[in-house]
Amino acid sequence: MPTPDYDWTQHRWAFGVDATKCIGCLRCVEACKRENDVPLTAHHFRTWVERYVYLEGEERPRIDSHHDPVNIAASGSEKEYRFANRYKDAKVEKAFFVPKLCNHCTHPACVQVCPVGATYKTPDGVVLIDHKYCIGCRYCVQACPYGARYFIEEKGVSDKCTWCYHRITKGLQPACVEVCPVGARIFGDLNEKQSPISQFIRNNRVQVLKPETGNAPNVFYVGIDREVN
Amino acid sequence: MDHFIHYAPFTGWVYPNETVIEWSVAIVVYPYITGLVAGAFTVSSLYQVFGFQRLKPVAHLALLTSLCFMFFVPLPLLLHLGHPERAVNNLLTPHVTSAMAMFGYFASFYIVLLLVETWFAFRPHIVEQAQKRTGLLGTFYRVLTLGSYDLSEKALRYDKKWIFWLAIAGIPGAHGLHGYVGFVFGSLKSREWWSSDLMPAVFLFSAIISGVALLIVLYVVSCLLRRIPIDLGCLKGLAYTVWGFIMVALLLEGLEFANIIYKGREGVEMIVEYVSGPLLIPYFILQFAVGAILPLLLLSYMIWRGTTGRALIVGVTFSACLVLLSVFMMRWNVVIGGQEISKTGKGLLTYHLQVLGKEGLIVAILLVVAPLITLLGISRLLPPWEESTAPSSSPAHAGAR
Repeated sequence: MPTPDYDWTQHRWAFGVDATKCIGCLRCVEACKRENDVPLTAHHFRTWVERYVYLEGEERPRIDSHHDPVNIAASGSEKEYRFANRYKDAKVEKAFFVPKLCNHCTHPACVQVCPVGATYKTPDGVVLIDHKYCIGCRYCVQACPYGARYFIEEKGVSDKCTWCYHRITKGLQPACVEVCPVGARIFGDLNEKQSPISQFIRNNRVQVLKPETGNAPNVFYVGIDREVN
Repeated sequence: MDHFIHYAPFTGWVYPNETVIEWSVAIVVYPYITGLVAGAFTVSSLYQVFGFQRLKPVAHLALLTSLCFMFFVPLPLLLHLGHPERAVNNLLTPHVTSAMAMFGYFASFYIVLLLVETWFAFRPHIVEQAQKRTGLLGTFYRVLTLGSYDLSEKALRYDKKWIFWLAIAGIPGAHGLHGYVGFVFGSLKSREWWSSDLMPAVFLFSAIISGVALLIVLYVVSCLLRRIPIDLGCLKGLAYTVWGFIMVALLLEGLEFANIIYKGREGVEMIVEYVSGPLLIPYFILQFAVGAILPLLLLSYMIWRGTTGRALIVGVTFSACLVLLSVFMMRWNVVIGGQEISKTGKGLLTYHLQVLGKEGLIVAILLVVAPLITLLGISRLLPPWEESTAPSSSPAHAGAR
């Protein structure tokens, strides 16, 4: 939880993803699972990585992630995450990885639909869930266009990425950002002109996912194509 | 707990978190029984407010049916919640921007309205039984009189006035309750299959036909059980009502589907693949062809030919059963169908209905059957049959206190 001297009115957090850098090592996924006690299954993720592969002669990409049975078989367990080397014999025209997470939208549909106000947007721009107040109706899971939310059966509540709120309010980076070996994940305060995220947005032509929803996401992407949504 | 989680098989590309289908058959049953409440109330109102005299034999049965189903409306939701003990938060701290937040208020208001209207409608019977019976049952009826034993003409006129105004208030109440269920789905922009302005109207009209169809079945079965002749005028009145509303329901459902296909927004290819594949039988065959078009044609034929007697009874009851199936399939195709189409617009999932468990098939069947058993029990105490509820004007009761 935030330290007593943390003033949430003084920050405006945002997240950047440079898909051109991501190597699909999945250290971010592993770190997130452990840092945030996310169920160790291939069906519950606060953050995940998608693989897009365009094969020669095919118009649409083949997309997969950790819930794909082939990838589960490659890792040998639902508790570990790996991309199977399934295209080693294929002629690959283009391929890239896309890290995904909650977009902490400016107009979050999940917050709008929560019947009891258990999920809310903080003044520093983070969408959180009060697990002690959530009734477990899962309306928020349905409302999120990005599939960022899941339900924890054991706890009877919805859950999702918090940008590691317990860390960022202490001056630390989110776990996934901290472990990324290539700097594909960027996090910072938009109120600070020289913060990594401010520079990332200023120096790149960024885009957001599903802008047509009007949710106004706060995760900014570089290096994705139109098939990513 | 892991064995309670069932991962949905998928084809194409779906988000990892989507592989747990969160809204189960319990959420299918919820709008189904809410719709039956609204539809049954419509029948009651057609008589009480709009003076459809033909429907008099089922007016009280409709009211009791609506009440009995309403008792069970919150149950599928409570069974579904991760923390049912916190459900009261919905009433204590409603989050006003949520379409779901007003449910508690709508439902509470409507259940109170139904209880009060039922009390007024059955007051003559309650008073009569309170004066006639002794023992536990007598005490039960005496408590139910709430101390009001006045069956004078003036008092009964007063009762009728209350019933009339409560029925008027109940029309927006019942239909608002159900239209709002449609809004819960239609207002979500995350799923193309749900996101439709027509959804509340689609839910509402399908609710009306399901409630009227249920009344047809209940009326015919109750007459058979009681070994009394079926009032063919009443049955025809119900058949005309279904016939009229089914056309509107079909039109709206057709328009909604046509809108999705014609607009052809991103992901429409997946929807086309879905409706022409896994949803072909549940959607086109069961919901539309067998459940709506067939009864519409059958009813039209009977109306055109002036069918009467046993053929009318069999034909109308059969059509009503098909309509009940159609509306259930409509709920299924919306709730489950919506979740089987991935939010990515690039993949499909498959929901596996569990047999056991609090959100399984057995519980779902019990949730639909329980209101009928309750109705059977309540109809013993408050018989909704015409002769039992006719206001008594015997001097022994008039003015008694």
